[in-house]
Amino acid sequence: MTDVLQALATLLVAASAVGVVLNRDPLRQAVAFAFFGLALFLLFLVLQAPDVALSAMVVGAFAYPMMTLLTLAKVKDRSG
Amino acid sequence: MNQLPYFLAAWLFFVGLYGMVTTRNFLHLVMCLGVLQASTYVLLLEVGYRAGGTAPIFKDVPRGTRAVDPVVQALTLTDVVVGVTVAALLMALALQAHKRCGSLDPNDMRPMQG
Amino acid sequence: MTARARVWLFLVPALGAAALFVWALTGLPDFGHYRGPYGDVVNARVIPERHATSAVAAVNFDYRGFDTIGEEFILFAAVVGVTVLLRLERDEHEESPRDRAERHASIEVADAVALACIGLVAPVLVLGVYVVTHGHLTPGGGFQGGVILAGGPLLVYLAGRYITLRQLRPKGVLDLGEGAGAGGFVLIGFVGLVAGAAFLENVFPLGSTGSVFSAGTLPVINVSVGLEVAAGITLIVYEFLEQALIVRAGR
Repeated sequence: MTDVLQALATLLVAASAVGVVLNRDPLRQAVAFAFFGLALFLLFLVLQAPDVALSAMVVGAFAYPMMTLLTLAKVKDRSG
Repeated sequence: MNQLPYFLAAWLFFVGLYGMVTTRNFLHLVMCLGVLQASTYVLLLEVGYRAGGTAPIFKDVPRGTRAVDPVVQALTLTDVVVGVTVAALLMALALQAHKRCGSLDPNDMRPMQG
Repeated sequence: MTARARVWLFLVPALGAAALFVWALTGLPDFGHYRGPYGDVVNARVIPERHATSAVAAVNFDYRGFDTIGEEFILFAAVVGVTVLLRLERDEHEESPRDRAERHASIEVADAVALACIGLVAPVLVLGVYVVTHGHLTPGGGFQGGVILAGGPLLVYLAGRYITLRQLRPKGVLDLGEGAGAGGFVLIGFVGLVAGAAFLENVFPLGSTGSVFSAGTLPVINVSVGLEVAAGITLIVYEFLEQALIVRAGR
């Protein structure tokens, strides 16, 4: 059972990483990155690392997209 | 093929690196760097994993249960938070570059004159 | 060199490097067969020696506390870097928040969003404080709890109350908090020296396993790191938001 979960989480992480890289527009990529953070959270949970999972969740779904959106807003403000 | 889970680290590393090389936007580059960093976290945690082990938190758990390695988790957890602050620094750099050149495209950055 | 040529210049050596990397990975011990003795030793000795139930927190702040000081200062340096990079330059001046508010009068935050954000500020702050103070017992600690705490001011901004927040002049408090957090960690190390033991050795009373006031210096260090991370990330967000109020001269 654990093996199945680990295999699923690994596939999810690999697929969402491709999704992050192939999205060229930073606005869409921020959302894809939040999903990547969620996939990492699941993988770390299945690997019995709850501390790291908490870190990854907070960082990937909150801090990264927030900073990207803030920077994008400032860039658009300046040029628009 | 008992080392198959480790290949995820290689996959994440090269996917992130490809994204960084072919990027057209500084912010896209910073997030591909995030993917690259995630490859190291995954490799560290998988090295410390023990089959049948539980998390290294011993509250309400009988003494002597086999747990996975806590040292690699300690390394990874500070790394994740520090990584996001460095990404903030890179985004501030991108913002300043936009102020100078008017674009977020690395290909538009010309070498400084004189 | 065209972009195409550059991509090919990257891909060919990258494939070679990937092959080498994968070959190196096959030399690792089998997945799931953890060999090293250090992890087992720490797991066995954490409760008798430190009365802390979270082995990860004990490794982070006690057994390997010196590395964590270094990592904390990386964070500190990155925040200083962001502040320096986004400073007011000579040919820019700051637009008053009132003018800006008038310019952006058309952007209104929906009532549902504002209500949800204001309602969530207190629970998020309480959750952050809980995660920080229980770091030595359950998963959590200064780093994760600090990032959660930094979400509080952001929710206030999302609810459209940024101007009110800015009038509190939080920058001084944030700077003070961040410095206190970073310096506090080093000070606790010096307490060890003063008590006659090594730098950063756990010299506070160990307490009983499972209670909040246990594990000696661990909860104190957690609070200090939590303060630093929360203030640092809030400072970064604040600097980015301040960029909105800066107008280039001559535009």
